[in-house]
Amino acid sequence: MNVNQQTPMASPYGQPQPGYGQPSYATLGGGYPDPYGPYNGPSTAYQPGAPPQGYSPYASFPSKAVAEIPVSDLSSPLDLGSARGPPTSAPPPVSTPQAYSHYTHGDTQNGPPPMNHPMAQPPVSQPYSQSAMNLSGPQSSYPQQYGAVPPMQQMTNQMSGMQISSGPPTSAGLGYAPRPSSQPLISNTYLAAAPPSYTQAPPPVSAAPSQPPPPSEPAAPQPYYGGHPALQQQQPFPSSAPLQSQPFPFQPQTPPVSQQQSFPPGPPSQQPFPNSASLPGPPPVSYADPHPTQQPFPPRGPPPTSQTGSFPPTSSPPAQYLGPQPPSQPGPPPYLSGPPPRGPMPPSSMSQQQANHLPPGSMQQPPQPGMQGGYPPQQNGECTWLPTSLLSPMRYGFYAVFSSSGAFGQPRGPQPGYGGPQYPMQQNYGAAPAPAPPPPAQKRLDPDSIPSPQASELPAVQKSRHRIDPDAIPSPIQVIEDDRANKSSEPFTTGVRGQAPPLVTTTFQVKDQGNASPRFIRCTAYNMPCTADMAKQSQVPLAAVIKPLATLPPDECPPYMVDHGEGGPIRCNRCKAYMCPYMQFIEGGRRFQCGFCSCVTEVPPHYFQHLDHTGKRVDCYDRPELSLGSYEFVATVDYCKNNKLPQPPSFVFFIDVSYNAVKSGMVNIVCQELKTLLDYLPRENPEVDSAVRVGFVTYNKVLHFYNVKSSLAQPQMMVVSDVSDMFLPLLDGFLVNVNDSRMVIESLLDQIPEMFADTRETETVFGPVIQAGLEALKAADCAGKLFVFHSSLPIAEAPGKLKNREDKKLVGTDKEKALFQPQSGFYSNLSKECVAQGCCVDLFLFPNQYIDVATLAVVPVSTGGSVYKYTYFQAETDRERFLNDLRRDVQKPMGFDAVMRVRTSTGIRATDFFGSFFMSNTTDVELAGLDCDKTVTVEFRHDDKLSEETGALMQCAVLYTSCSGQRRLRVHNMAVNCCSQLADLYRNCETDTIISFFSKYAYRSILNTPTKTVRDTLVNQCAQILACYRKNCASPSSAGQLILPECMKLLPVYLNCVLKSDVLLPGADVSLDDRAYLRQLVSCMDVSESHVFFYPRLLPLVKLDGGSLPMAVRNSEERLSKGGVYILETGLHLFLWVGANAQQELLSNIFGTPTFSQIDPNMTNLPDLDNPFSKRLREIIDSFRSQRSRYMKLMVVKQEDKTELIFKHFLCEDKSASGGASYVDFLCHMHKEIRQLLS
Amino acid sequence: MATYQEFIQQNEDRDGVRFSWNLWPSSRLEATRLVVPVSCLFTPLKERPDLPPVQYEPVLCSRANCKAVLNPLCQVDFRAKIWACNFCFQRNPFPPSYAGISDVNQPAELMPQFSTIEYIVQRGPPTPLIFLYVVDTCLEEEDLQALRESLQMSLSLLPPNALVGLITFGRMVQVHELSCEGIAKSYVFRGTKELSAKQIQEMLGLMKPAASGPQGRPVAPQDPSATCRFLQPVHKVDMNLTDLLGELQRDPWPVPQGKRPLRSTGIAMSIAVGLLEGTYPNTGARVMLFTGGPPTQGPGMVVGDELKTPIRSWHDITKDNARHLKKATKYYEALASRAAVNGHSIDIYACALDQTGLLEMKCLSNLTGGHISMGDSFNTSLFKQTFQRVFSKDYNGDFRMAFGGTLEVKTSRELKVSGAIGPCVSLNAKGPCVSENELGVGGTTQWKICGLSPSTTLALYFEVVNQHNAPIPQGGRGAIQFVTQYQHSNTQKRIRVTTIARNWADAQSQIQHIESSFDQEASAVIMARLGVFRAESEDGPDVLRWLDRQLIRLFMFHLRRSPFLQVFNNSPDECSYYRHHFVRQDLTQSLIMIQPILYSYSFHGPPEPVLLDSGSILPDRILLMDTFFQLVIYHGETIAQWRKAGYQEQPEYENFKHLLVAPLDDAQEILQNRFPMPRYIDTEHGGSQARFLLSKVNPSQTHNNLYAWGQETGAPILTDDVSLQVFMDHLKKLAVSSAA
Repeated sequence: MNVNQQTPMASPYGQPQPGYGQPSYATLGGGYPDPYGPYNGPSTAYQPGAPPQGYSPYASFPSKAVAEIPVSDLSSPLDLGSARGPPTSAPPPVSTPQAYSHYTHGDTQNGPPPMNHPMAQPPVSQPYSQSAMNLSGPQSSYPQQYGAVPPMQQMTNQMSGMQISSGPPTSAGLGYAPRPSSQPLISNTYLAAAPPSYTQAPPPVSAAPSQPPPPSEPAAPQPYYGGHPALQQQQPFPSSAPLQSQPFPFQPQTPPVSQQQSFPPGPPSQQPFPNSASLPGPPPVSYADPHPTQQPFPPRGPPPTSQTGSFPPTSSPPAQYLGPQPPSQPGPPPYLSGPPPRGPMPPSSMSQQQANHLPPGSMQQPPQPGMQGGYPPQQNGECTWLPTSLLSPMRYGFYAVFSSSGAFGQPRGPQPGYGGPQYPMQQNYGAAPAPAPPPPAQKRLDPDSIPSPQASELPAVQKSRHRIDPDAIPSPIQVIEDDRANKSSEPFTTGVRGQAPPLVTTTFQVKDQGNASPRFIRCTAYNMPCTADMAKQSQVPLAAVIKPLATLPPDECPPYMVDHGEGGPIRCNRCKAYMCPYMQFIEGGRRFQCGFCSCVTEVPPHYFQHLDHTGKRVDCYDRPELSLGSYEFVATVDYCKNNKLPQPPSFVFFIDVSYNAVKSGMVNIVCQELKTLLDYLPRENPEVDSAVRVGFVTYNKVLHFYNVKSSLAQPQMMVVSDVSDMFLPLLDGFLVNVNDSRMVIESLLDQIPEMFADTRETETVFGPVIQAGLEALKAADCAGKLFVFHSSLPIAEAPGKLKNREDKKLVGTDKEKALFQPQSGFYSNLSKECVAQGCCVDLFLFPNQYIDVATLAVVPVSTGGSVYKYTYFQAETDRERFLNDLRRDVQKPMGFDAVMRVRTSTGIRATDFFGSFFMSNTTDVELAGLDCDKTVTVEFRHDDKLSEETGALMQCAVLYTSCSGQRRLRVHNMAVNCCSQLADLYRNCETDTIISFFSKYAYRSILNTPTKTVRDTLVNQCAQILACYRKNCASPSSAGQLILPECMKLLPVYLNCVLKSDVLLPGADVSLDDRAYLRQLVSCMDVSESHVFFYPRLLPLVKLDGGSLPMAVRNSEERLSKGGVYILETGLHLFLWVGANAQQELLSNIFGTPTFSQIDPNMTNLPDLDNPFSKRLREIIDSFRSQRSRYMKLMVVKQEDKTELIFKHFLCEDKSASGGASYVDFLCHMHKEIRQLLS
Repeated sequence: MATYQEFIQQNEDRDGVRFSWNLWPSSRLEATRLVVPVSCLFTPLKERPDLPPVQYEPVLCSRANCKAVLNPLCQVDFRAKIWACNFCFQRNPFPPSYAGISDVNQPAELMPQFSTIEYIVQRGPPTPLIFLYVVDTCLEEEDLQALRESLQMSLSLLPPNALVGLITFGRMVQVHELSCEGIAKSYVFRGTKELSAKQIQEMLGLMKPAASGPQGRPVAPQDPSATCRFLQPVHKVDMNLTDLLGELQRDPWPVPQGKRPLRSTGIAMSIAVGLLEGTYPNTGARVMLFTGGPPTQGPGMVVGDELKTPIRSWHDITKDNARHLKKATKYYEALASRAAVNGHSIDIYACALDQTGLLEMKCLSNLTGGHISMGDSFNTSLFKQTFQRVFSKDYNGDFRMAFGGTLEVKTSRELKVSGAIGPCVSLNAKGPCVSENELGVGGTTQWKICGLSPSTTLALYFEVVNQHNAPIPQGGRGAIQFVTQYQHSNTQKRIRVTTIARNWADAQSQIQHIESSFDQEASAVIMARLGVFRAESEDGPDVLRWLDRQLIRLFMFHLRRSPFLQVFNNSPDECSYYRHHFVRQDLTQSLIMIQPILYSYSFHGPPEPVLLDSGSILPDRILLMDTFFQLVIYHGETIAQWRKAGYQEQPEYENFKHLLVAPLDDAQEILQNRFPMPRYIDTEHGGSQARFLLSKVNPSQTHNNLYAWGQETGAPILTDDVSLQVFMDHLKKLAVSSAA
């Protein structure tokens, strides 16, 4: 089939294209020529980067399989479609013309190449051809990512529109508006293709060929030759295949059965479309047109509009983007007619739809879960993507075949969130679901199994067939929901070695049965490869994200305290591992053998205990250290610095009182807050006053220390102007007990704002500030934390003086990395001293301009401190966020002067560490401060073989001083399985943790490596991981299939989010400081934070009743309904997005005003309204805030408001303004990479 | 002689001048043969209640390099309204304001009785007095408390408009801001880091005014708020400062066992000097350092903080073992020069049982006209009263202190100025009357005396340059004019002009006259100053040898034994202290210092001065010895027993009671007037404190010769020092044998 398809495909494309081309071109040519021109520019620019990739693929492709080429051709058309996506955006139009022109050229060129390729292809098996198809898709995706794509996409869109009525289907595209449009188109195409492939692989193929060929040829050539990047990018769109599913719903209208056929018909339909353009075309045309037309072609534009009108979901997006389209609407009527069929679907209002959908979704999901149950669903627990496009006439259709529940379920999942059209789809699915599940069973059968559902969906043809249906690709939301459904009910017991814990997004209870709770340690893999070779082959990082002092939920018991008496904790003689459940007692209990190094150690007499018949100590369950994964030892004086029991720690507050700080209101706020905050210093026993002493310093160009001795009537200020050589001007009275000196302290805090109210000093110092704190702690001989509230780049003459080095021109160059490195070595040296003293620095920044976070953060980062940044701080709007951060930072439980050591069993060892700490040697992680939010990520590497029997053990021991001055040792033990089969590895890994690790790794790499290289490395490694799976674990299937391991099916989408993050791919408006800030922030995030940071949580606000949250929707603009209100949370930001057509009732409930225009976009808190909805919403917001270590300021984003750009930035499945690929594009790209690796 | 004595006395009373010779040998040759140079002790601000200052500017000789002030010795042509300068013979017209001058209408400065006259002149805006307290906080609590009280008390003594500042130091140096309300602010400096004046001013935030003010002019008036944060009028910050002083804590830094507290005296002084330099240059200011121990860190440290290393002794110095001596001395000298340039004087009030580094720091006061007071503790009346006396007032209710003085000496042609010895620094004013032969601080005709009191006395040395072959006509007179400009304590600028003249005499023909004009007391003091000056600047033994050669002719037994030259039994600090006072006190006090006065009280008659001899120490006498620095009341053995037995309490022995009280009363009288307060010692035969007496008296009876002398009275002195008798014998021998 494939073969046939391929060949046919090529031809079909060519044909279809012509069909498309003619109509569309004509129009295009007429209207868009100019616009394209501009686009070319960019595209070319991008191309440089892209080309290589494109080329490489090509090279490989040709050599490998001819089929690929054809596929590529096919893809190219798709790409074109995707290219149109861009058109959706305002600029696109312009580009389109050019693109078109290119296309034309490309077509011609392509024409030949394809020819050649086909030639080559033949040798290749059909599957290859399919793969080729896919590959082409992916390839195209790359380019797209880079940006050149747009034009291509446009082209494709046009093409699609031209070729297939599917074009019209893109109406969905309308819905998607800018980005989506491009994708949608493709997706449509894909969809179309995909279904066919599944249902009737051959037919579709044939169909596809017939139609696609023309486009493919033209498109393909283009990509390869000139616009590779573009083409590739376009291809990604194909990935949008998921959309197909949506379109399908529409198709349902058309004969569902026919759907599959429809694909085949697709071709026909396509033809029809062309026709439709004239005749039946209306519906399809409408879609096709919409996209292309929306921008480029006014005529088409109308259709979209019509769609918009007709389909709430689609309409909303289009509306946003397609402002211009409306005019075109006139045309719509006919299109509208098209929509009407959908209409029925759409009719269900968004809400309804959602409601409806939700159920279906859930329905669908459940089955999946069931399927997944174990890994059961899929033997490998894999998701298989079928580039059905190949099969079917559709060129790109990717089929995400989640062998397990995955594939279909997921697509559907997203749908719920989706707009109207989708809903219908879902509904269909709902009906179809039943059928859908079966496909899962089919798993790899992918094409066949899937097709059926798709077939049903096929009606979706409405959407452009060229696209991959976003709903067909793995959905994070679905995965999260599934996990939640499956795992939140039962407590997670840690006793089973090698069992992956529930996802971080799932609420669950933990029972410690000998391994550390996932709240303390999460591993990337719970089945480690036995050998280094395996590990290397799989490229799966072996790492653990450790949060040693994590706060546990109230229903879980904090680690028990163990006291082994004066001798201190019992340890292995050789490796010094602490007593733990892995120690094997032998010789009747007189000795124990270390589980880590196998050394045998005598049991001290006072610790002796008899063994029972199983060889366990009789007191095993009486002793936490023998039965639990996490516990604490009381450390003896041997574990203390200078062999002296430590003093309780101290907190020193450093308040910048320069002009900016005073003016912004920061000084006032801090002083006011400290008055009450000091009553909440950390303590272990709530009954007792905190042992933490406090001190105060203000500073600008000089430092002002305060003597707040209790015996004084008034505080005394001591100014140290000699900042070049910092010293502590006073001893007695600087660090005081809050209760003793309360009066003096309050007097001081009252007077500070007054004293500096009229200051004219604008310069500040920074180095001396930390030096001063360090000296203070040294003098008091204690550990502690410095809270520095700082406002500007320290340019005053002093050690650590900095200069403004922000240079936007360096961004993107090889010199960029220097900007992430500190300006001078001063702060690095200083931080060493700080660590030696146990002086942790928390930095609160209030910059109005460049402040060089990269340098200022050196000390906080090296000392286990935190950095908080409040750019353009304004008392009114940022006060709450700052104060909440401050409160939490002051109160949070933490340890001081900590040393962490990770011991592992023979065979692996900890080789690399990420986080906020300092290391003076290769094994000891030194943390001046370690709070409950900080994680240390440890990477392991093999230095020998592991055995499957013993597994791999790790013990993380943290020696620290508690806030009451007690020296303790916290021990976390973790055992994971070892496997000799790669499949086991892939079955027991955690994508969230892997992504967390990758991001930390990448964020550190940019210090020394050009950012682009870092991104490429990430993509590479990810591709290798997946390729390795495909090669070694997946059951044989066509190369055109994208097969993802079940556990890693979200790897691409998450990785894409990492790649698109501000740090790795900055937009023009992202400052260097922001990037440096995020960089250090991510380095010590736990998995849950990094997860939401990279893939924000987007919740539709509908029917907030009951205790549960509404189901999240995927982060794509397509998912937003103009009539809805959404909340988006990233862990750092909190947005409330209000659709322009939001219901009055909704608005009244939330804002107290029924009119959209009266909503104050500057509000940071919702009004306190007395209605259940408002209450629940505020509860939700509060709960979000309480879950995160940093307070999130609420930002109200009104649709089409300026601030919406910021909001859109977090819709990470969409193409980003900075050039980041959309999910679909990236998936295609990834697929291409994988195929390349496989071939 | 009587006439000469009267003449001398009269001159001293009127002009504050005592010359070694009151007839001057008329040629250089003859002058040098006289050994004691033509020289004088001059007390520039001698109290003259009878001398009302005149409210106009002095009239100056118009010759550029003369500028002598019109004086009674000038020849005046009343008709032509012209006067001839008696130094350069320039004929000068009177200024217009003198138009009405005539025989019968003469301005004061032409009247003979106004050979000393004081002008009040208007020079710039009046600037208030400035008192900057520099307080050591490394004190025992008791000491600190006493010091706090003294300082608080002193605030009430200051004129309300005087500016006052406070610097405290210990391990760190704190400059207290006095203007602020609420929070007490201070600027803190670490005590180990030497900072330039500029840095200090920068760190104190004083730079802006400095930039705007013209060089060398006080900038205070323009920017009082900016410059005065640390120096505020007493009346404004009285309460504030009193509180501040009240809250003054001991240096909080822990002092480990076996260590001295870290005391950053050097930096504290440098900051004090820098602060004044930046804010009130050329304005009268008094930096008052209160220290309870030696500087132990940073520049100017005198001894390390290890207690096992004792502070340097003469022994160490001789053996060149005093590690910090030279460096510290150099450091303080530099500081002193800076202060002197700006007209700021520095007092040192050092109270400790051990040495406090006066040897190194003495120049701070010596060069700036400041006081040095040395005591055992701040909690003694010695310190309290001395300090209080600094603020004593004269008959006009003005402080007995003046600031920023410059003394200029003009001589007639036959004389040149060799130098001066006293609390002054050279202003390096070259002129025709500067002698190449330097004695004391020479090479100039002008000296700066930053702090002056009515008793401040300088020794001035002259050289007769008239050649032997150019005789001076009979009756010719040499003249010297002293012009002292200073800031009066009431902030007025004043100029006091003293013009004196002496007759020339031919040494060959009038040797007897010259002889009879010799002022033995003045000469003794003048030569002693020379000796002390040399002792300060040269090695001890050399000076003694030099002095011996001079003394052979002067017979100054006691001087040789005095702490000014003899370092034995005195710590380096004590020597510095004694010398400091010796070179600034007037003649009477100086004489007391050289040869202590011993009064004897007995039932046999009224108190009588007795020989400063061990022979005077008798059982039935009470002795009162005044050495200037100490006031010793010594009860003879019998008296002591009686007193012990309490006879004085019995009415029948009231006479004994009177006897006991008499020396106390006399001592009290001395204590009342002396500055600094002498150490008051009440002791008796066999008392440990009796050493003060025994060390001073001529050891005519020692354990060696006790029986040889065979006298039944007197107390043997356990010493190897030679007695006056032996000394004299030896002198006679020398005089005869080697009188080259």
